[in-house]
Amino acid sequence: MAQNQSEIRYLTPPSVEVKKKKYCRFKKNKIKYVDYKDPEFLKKFLNEQGKILPRRITGTSLKYQRKVSKAVKRGRHLALLPYVVDMLK
Amino acid sequence: MINQYETVFILSPILSIAQAKEAAEKFKKVLLDEGAEIEHEENWGLRKLAYPIKHKATGYYFLIEFKAKGEIVEKLETKYKYDEKVIRFLTFRMDKHSIAYSIKKRNMNKQKVEASKVEVNKVNKVDKKKEK
Repeated sequence: MAQNQSEIRYLTPPSVEVKKKKYCRFKKNKIKYVDYKDPEFLKKFLNEQGKILPRRITGTSLKYQRKVSKAVKRGRHLALLPYVVDMLK
Repeated sequence: MINQYETVFILSPILSIAQAKEAAEKFKKVLLDEGAEIEHEENWGLRKLAYPIKHKATGYYFLIEFKAKGEIVEKLETKYKYDEKVIRFLTFRMDKHSIAYSIKKRNMNKQKVEASKVEVNKVNKVDKKKEK
């Protein structure tokens, strides 16, 4: 009886989420300056509507998130990036 | 206090390329007259805008990096405002990281140009050999 209790069988295998550690890509690649002139790079930090993604999703550190947001805003002002859009990617 | 500034302005696409270049020269002259030191300039040519500005879908982009006193920025921006050809402009002070980045980028572009020149030369030489 004791043996049967220890053997728990699942119909579907339990999904154990392996969390990937997020990292700040600027710290990792030692990028000191976020360029607003490179819209393709900045698009990595935007969602489909052209909104800036939060830090909790991209994993960027606070120091560089501030720089990213500044760069995106400069890019928008110079019409390199859109303010509002549907289906950016 | 002398700082390094970067300014980008977009000119209306109604202008011809020559006219656009002339207008850009005019702004450069404004800077030089005020005693600014021009570090670097770029012409990005006619580019598509991400959204229409004044019902225009394209524009001529020009970039100038210069060293000057802060008061000059104000003068330059009033010039931008009074000029109808300018549809957008942005001027900001560069910090040490952006200066380093800009110098690095310039050097990389130089190397690329030189590398492409060398390649062209090689190709030409090969062609000449074939002709012989």
